[in-house]
Amino acid sequence: MIRGFVVTTTLFDKLWQEHEVMTLSERQSLLYVDRIFLHERTGSAALNGLLEHNRGVRRREHAFCTMDHIVDTLPGRSDDTLMPSGRDFIVATRGAAQETGIKLFDLPDPDQGIVHVISPELGIALPGLSIICPDSHTCTLGGLGALAWGVGSTEAEHALATSTLRVTRPRTMRVTFEGALPCNATAKDLILFTIRELSGAGGAGYAIEFAGPAIQALAVEARLTLCNMTTELSAFTGLIAPDQKVFEYCIDRPYAPRGEAWDQAYAHWHGLQSDEGARFDLEHVLDIRTLKPQLSWGTSPQHAIDWDGVVPHVIDAPDDATGVAWQRAQDYMGVSGGSHLSDYSVDAAFIGSCTNSRLSDLRLAAEYLSRTGHRVANSVKALCVPGSGQVKRAAEAEGLDEIFRSAGFEWREPGCSMCFFAGGESFGDGVRVASTTNRNFEGRQGLGVRTHIASPLTVVASACAGHLVADTTA
Amino acid sequence: MTPFTQHTGITAPLLRDNIDTDTIIPSREMRSVSRSGLSEGLFAPWRYHDPNARTLNSAFVLNEAGFSGASILLSGANFGCGSSREHAVWAFLESGFRVIIATSFATIFRNNALRNGLLTIELHSDQIEQLVEWVSRDPQAHTLDVDLEACTIRHDPHCDVETFSVDPNARDMLLQGLDEIGLTEQSLDEITAFEKRDQARRPWVYLGID
Repeated sequence: MIRGFVVTTTLFDKLWQEHEVMTLSERQSLLYVDRIFLHERTGSAALNGLLEHNRGVRRREHAFCTMDHIVDTLPGRSDDTLMPSGRDFIVATRGAAQETGIKLFDLPDPDQGIVHVISPELGIALPGLSIICPDSHTCTLGGLGALAWGVGSTEAEHALATSTLRVTRPRTMRVTFEGALPCNATAKDLILFTIRELSGAGGAGYAIEFAGPAIQALAVEARLTLCNMTTELSAFTGLIAPDQKVFEYCIDRPYAPRGEAWDQAYAHWHGLQSDEGARFDLEHVLDIRTLKPQLSWGTSPQHAIDWDGVVPHVIDAPDDATGVAWQRAQDYMGVSGGSHLSDYSVDAAFIGSCTNSRLSDLRLAAEYLSRTGHRVANSVKALCVPGSGQVKRAAEAEGLDEIFRSAGFEWREPGCSMCFFAGGESFGDGVRVASTTNRNFEGRQGLGVRTHIASPLTVVASACAGHLVADTTA
Repeated sequence: MTPFTQHTGITAPLLRDNIDTDTIIPSREMRSVSRSGLSEGLFAPWRYHDPNARTLNSAFVLNEAGFSGASILLSGANFGCGSSREHAVWAFLESGFRVIIATSFATIFRNNALRNGLLTIELHSDQIEQLVEWVSRDPQAHTLDVDLEACTIRHDPHCDVETFSVDPNARDMLLQGLDEIGLTEQSLDEITAFEKRDQARRPWVYLGID
């Protein structure tokens, strides 16, 4: 937008412009890709495609790979996994990474972990970088002010071969939160509430910038949690203007710049924000002053309610299609309209995933256990899966593993674990799980598994109560 | 990539919103590192009563005799949301599908489809309902004829053809069956020139090789 003689620009537009190699048409550009991260589930296909076409990785120093999706999270793990043919994915990825010469964070590597946990941790993701990964939750890294988005395997292959992608420019949206985040609500509650308000398709075709005092007050890891689930709005990506907190977070990370390079980056990063008066294609303002912990009741992340709210009645659906979807979801989940979620007992609890497996998430849950002295209810199977080797070691150094273990949680090795069901470990048909993950689709965590998404605090409280709950003051 | 110019096919309606890629191809059905061997897993949660035993759910549209051999799918909003797994597109293609018509698509799915020659078309829900009405009367005879050159869908001869719009870049790619990587490789000089300018501006981005 041009105001007087001053051109005002959004953060997204600045990042787009900075990475634009050339325009291809009115809405499509060739964008430079600064970092490519792969994992063994979909990255193996990208690397294999590359090798089959006799192409190499154009800049192998900018490409990375980890093992997270299929690897076992049981102690003493090896390449053998419970997932049928899982070993093939691991072995193929290792071979292709070696052949193409890219850095692999393999099983014994102390930095191995979930891709979106380790890339900020290692300073591979930094403010302003363009980052792609064949994984829909790549938008997580928007929490650092990076331009990060998920792609398919073929697009990843394109980026590996050319250091670029042909991208259709999304429109810009700003979601501004009014008020401060109430003390018992977390970034997870904030994003679940946003998805509930905007709908699961509410971000389709948009790059979303999150703004407002509550965002500025969020810790860096909480920003990663918030941006992680922007993909559940079907948005291109989500991002937050980087600030001093982010810059301090990045200092001394293994792949972050040092010395003079740091000074240059630091100076540059200060310009990464939307100009005052910049125009967005769409603006939403959400009042969060009375935000309560959120829990999902159905089979889409948009099926979320306040923890003490009621499951909606199908007859109250705004249209027929929604009514049909609600009925299907309630049948699958075994919940009925008008009931409270606290009426339902839980059989399992899962703390982990690229959404909520960072040190601050584990601290939050462990602090609840220490403060209340509660233990996991006898009937509940509870797992805590740290997001990375670094998170695991840091948690153990603080004694968090002991708190989890003595409260009845299993303490696992880093990985995606049971966030999704790949044919290996699962909870079992009809099992109700309180889960810090990001998707509650039918069968996502196993055939017939009923997933309720919530924050680590709500999950740990539910595990101890033996039923869904968010009264974390107990 | 196989070019897409025109396709006539049996059309199955699956009018649900938010059909996610976990449902199209569950992770447990992605059993090999290759891009094939996926057709049996297409819609496994809905197609089978028991996905392990592969006992068919006869009520699922793709199991109905009338819709056997379907190569066009009609669906609702936000089709292909969720995981970025390209296996969802590969599973459709391996099962003989060439066109998905829906009220809207999730971006990653649409991009994946385009890069594999699976045409995605957005239409208004009333247009889709009209198509459903037409194909449901006699699915094996009432085929749809999709022409990407003209951007039309021909159905009931007594009705007008539906026209659709499609991103011009996507249309060119599909019509010519272009290999996108090969296309971009023609711009390698521009990419190298960009890097040179960019390295002066953002030197910290360019890492050394270990």
